[in-house]
Amino acid sequence: MERLVFLLSTGLARGAVLALFALSLVIVYRAARAVNFAQAAMAIVPVYVAFAVTAASGSYWFGLASALVVGALLGAVVERWLLRLVPQDNPLPGIIVAIGLVMVLQAGLAIAFGPDHRPVHAPFSQRPFEIAGVGVLSPYDLFVLVVAAVVMGALAILFNRTTIGLQLRAAAFAPETSRLLGVRVPRMVTLGWMLSIATAALAALLLVPTGLGLDPHAADVLFVNAFAAAVIGGLDSPVGALVAGLVVGVLASLVTGYASAATAPLAVLALLTVVLLVRPHGLFAAREARTA
Amino acid sequence: MSAHDLKTRLRTRDLRTGPKTRGTKLLLRAGLLTVLALGATFLLDPYRNYQLATSAGVFAAVAGLTLLVGLTGQLSLGHAVLMAAGGYGYALTATWVAGTLAGADGEVADGVVGWLLPLLAGVAGALVTAGVLGLLLGLAAARLRGPYLAGLTLALVIALPSVASTIPALSGAQGVSAPFVPVPDALSALIAVEQWHAWLAILVTACAVTPLVALRSGRAGLRMRAVHDDETASRLAGVDPGRVKTGAFVISSLAAGLGGVVLAIVTQQVSPGAYGLGFSLLLVVAAVVGGLGSLGGAAIGAVLVTVLPWVVDQATAGLPADLSHRLQGNLEIVLFGVVVIVVTILWPGGLSRLLQTTKFFRNTKLFQNTER
Repeated sequence: MERLVFLLSTGLARGAVLALFALSLVIVYRAARAVNFAQAAMAIVPVYVAFAVTAASGSYWFGLASALVVGALLGAVVERWLLRLVPQDNPLPGIIVAIGLVMVLQAGLAIAFGPDHRPVHAPFSQRPFEIAGVGVLSPYDLFVLVVAAVVMGALAILFNRTTIGLQLRAAAFAPETSRLLGVRVPRMVTLGWMLSIATAALAALLLVPTGLGLDPHAADVLFVNAFAAAVIGGLDSPVGALVAGLVVGVLASLVTGYASAATAPLAVLALLTVVLLVRPHGLFAAREARTA
Repeated sequence: MSAHDLKTRLRTRDLRTGPKTRGTKLLLRAGLLTVLALGATFLLDPYRNYQLATSAGVFAAVAGLTLLVGLTGQLSLGHAVLMAAGGYGYALTATWVAGTLAGADGEVADGVVGWLLPLLAGVAGALVTAGVLGLLLGLAAARLRGPYLAGLTLALVIALPSVASTIPALSGAQGVSAPFVPVPDALSALIAVEQWHAWLAILVTACAVTPLVALRSGRAGLRMRAVHDDETASRLAGVDPGRVKTGAFVISSLAAGLGGVVLAIVTQQVSPGAYGLGFSLLLVVAAVVGGLGSLGGAAIGAVLVTVLPWVVDQATAGLPADLSHRLQGNLEIVLFGVVVIVVTILWPGGLSRLLQTTKFFRNTKLFQNTER
């Protein structure tokens, strides 16, 4: 019982990071109708910047702010100067270019900073609180949950209650019509990428202190799990990504706790396979039109 | 391609050039290339022969991948896992057969039987494991489109170390060893073991690639292209897209499995670390740089991804220790990444397109690819 409570609560904190990253995939999918396979590499670059800024200034918060800014800039640069050049009529060239970008960014980071893991300290203690003798959440887990909730709330308000958000949704839903109505669609796509990479960078920054440390591949497994979550939720659905992210996080935590750490990727793979075979477009997405 | 057009082509295809003459020609050409490759091993030193054998294994997998991506448009990021499946299948079966043969009289069996039987049984085992995994993936692939399939195969690559440590027979990160194939007595005065392994690699790869060439230019290739171009039209013309996609995936997996056999023969070792995400992406790089859909391009791409890392290591060896340590294993990845981006954006036919435009290769089908 104690074990279950502990695993559920840490799973929730891990799931919040996962949901945040899955949300970033959904944002970019809605903006560009493409899954960004370079999301992990693009998210880890700002984390390196944050690491350097924190080391130079001594403040975690400066590092966090710089990660968000650098993430947004990176998103804009990649979208404007790289992905706009890629033919859009089928998804294949986009995925291949993203793979090339992954190789350039990750190997480039390894050359610039060396291939070793760098230990990263969390801004709060990672020792769990004890409630009636049962270890529950650590202060850092609590911080992660609060940050994730605040960011998701802010994104929900941005998308649903502001003019920019309306333009973003319109540009994604009906680009031609939006353009006729005066929405600058290309600018909205760039903005979607900026929001997405900044969110992904935040998720990676929150993840790194709980893992082995910072290295160019630190977000790879996060990407795969978040991709699974985003697909399970339906790539189009922010709410789906949130729910599925928490579910996958808790599932991975339970499997790690009761079976072994090695089985967690298998459980995620199995879940992804089953969902893709039963409902290829996710549990929360609208159905696609049928063909012949 | 319209439905009617497809129907007529499907019907008349074999009437224009009879399947028999086409098949004979293909086999002759394959035999000639194989003999040329075998002869070329005499010109190389042992290390070059080792590199040639590795390239041959990678070529088999890239040929399968390029056919899958170029003709049916299904992108698999997990072909390294299919190679690993073939490698494990080979190593486990061959070890078991060799053990059984030795068990009868307590000694390792001599002569041709001692190595040939385990080798053949291992190849059969590899075809079964890679084929079954490919069938499962292909069944999923038939229902999925671009990004979903790519994501599923990516998840598979990431899960490979977990699979290896969960199934006891695969002995975790340490991997399993494959039996050593010694040089036969008749040849031992003539060639070194590296050259012998290069021969085996060339023969296995020839068996993997020749059927792909036949399929690509035959009826099956036409069906794959039709399904890729327009699923609805091909369904109306009586071609079942699901079956075609699954079939293409299985064929591609078998080729990748044989590639895994080659690497297992050459390195005598199969471990999950050798078939990670980086290697899987390199296979995609080789297919893209060579030109998607082109088997000749796949050969060039495979040599490139095997040899370039070695060249880069040689070039950076003279630099200061700290710098060369950082560049080692990373500089070539950056180069490959840049090349893949540039090729995809500026030059979507890859190297095969370039070669096809030169006078020498214009009239051959060797570098034909599917990019338009």
